[in-house]
Amino acid sequence: MLLTESDLQAIWLTLRLASIVTLILLIIGTPIAWWLARSKKWWKGPVAAVVALPLVLPPSVLGFYLLLAMGPQGPVGQLTQALGLGLLPFTFWGLVIASVFYSLPFMVQPLQTAFEAVGERPMEVAATLRASPLDAFFTVAVPLSLPGFMTAGILTFAHTVGEFGVVLMIGGNIPGVSRVVSVQIYDHVEAMDYLQAHRLSAVMLAFSFFVLLAMYLWRPSRSVK
Amino acid sequence: MTAKHFIAAAMACISLPSFADEVQVAVAANFVGPMQKIAALFEQASGHKLLLSSGATGKFYAQIKNGAPFEVLLAADDETPAKLEKEGLATNRFTYAIGKLVLWSNRTNYVDDKGEILKKGNFAHLAIANPKLAPYGLAASETLKALGVFDLLAPKFVTGENIAQTHQFIATGNAELGFIAMSQAFEADKLKNGSAWIVPPRLYPAIRQDAVLLNKGKGKPAAEALLKFLQSAPAKAIINASGYTI
Repeated sequence: MLLTESDLQAIWLTLRLASIVTLILLIIGTPIAWWLARSKKWWKGPVAAVVALPLVLPPSVLGFYLLLAMGPQGPVGQLTQALGLGLLPFTFWGLVIASVFYSLPFMVQPLQTAFEAVGERPMEVAATLRASPLDAFFTVAVPLSLPGFMTAGILTFAHTVGEFGVVLMIGGNIPGVSRVVSVQIYDHVEAMDYLQAHRLSAVMLAFSFFVLLAMYLWRPSRSVK
Repeated sequence: MTAKHFIAAAMACISLPSFADEVQVAVAANFVGPMQKIAALFEQASGHKLLLSSGATGKFYAQIKNGAPFEVLLAADDETPAKLEKEGLATNRFTYAIGKLVLWSNRTNYVDDKGEILKKGNFAHLAIANPKLAPYGLAASETLKALGVFDLLAPKFVTGENIAQTHQFIATGNAELGFIAMSQAFEADKLKNGSAWIVPPRLYPAIRQDAVLLNKGKGKPAAEALLKFLQSAPAKAIINASGYTI
């Protein structure tokens, strides 16, 4: 076997993290994207800007603020302690929450674009056929936006797999808890174990390429009617 | 200001210090604080300017091997400079500081002055620097082994990539305590805040921090002057007061 046991553990952990984050973001990203696509409120702009922040912020900034916010003196840390959950940094669920913030725009923006492309008309037609807004959303908007969901899901998953700076800041590099593939590669490089770094990096490179390839091959056949 | 004026002014800025020079220095993360003070003295005395980059010694090694523009390296260990020397990438190696390890917490009265808290183990996280990468991390794990509590405490480890990140874990309170460089917690021989135990040096192998002149700095008076200055009495006074011995 070319990869060590700890490499495999890191890969498994990364896949688990990315899957859970994608699932959570599907649930909370969809209503946000829907609202952003259809709202005419003045504060749509500020909300869109906040959602897009992780695209622009260096992961070190995000990681640093999360570390402070989730720490014992931070607002999130005080809340989790009051709820008897303890502190989030150095835990798997801490990473999940950080990644949800970090990958939010990758879920919301493709969905928002897809929902905007659906437009008002099909929803109005559905309403005249007595579909409730929720019914119309699931039977009209979701099927029409399926390519958007696909893109959003793949991008979110892939972006979480590629996460590094935030995990480094709040993870604590614990095997099986927060030592994801990117951190493992970093450790190999820092320890001058370039061979092992190459192997794991090659796996990441191949994975990233095929994910993106799948997305680009899949998209035109659906969006071109 | 016209473009011509601007260029003239810019050229004046570049050419003004004809005898003064810039030195690119790679500094181990644990030594940045004292180095900034030494740099200020050195710049004042010599007129040269120092460009300090801080980071992990292992990363500097990879960067230097791949053509990084550093002229002087102040490493966190003695192995990396020795390796660079053997590979013909550096010369003039000497020990500029011997590091001291402390167990530190940002809470007052938390760490006792004998390190007994390690045996009680009633905390959730103990931060250490990665022993594979950082000399202070290795010293920490050796200390825990010498005390016979390594296996007991290993599940509580949170590992920083370098000593600066380890300090951050403790300073933000996310880890109750951890092992860092004495230079990070002490200033002018005084503990800055929280509580600390200065680990007896017999518990861990000496953390010898070596400096070298890298090939890019060879034959450059400013770089050589800096190495000489590091061994002068004023520099040594700063080093000794910053939690190192020399």
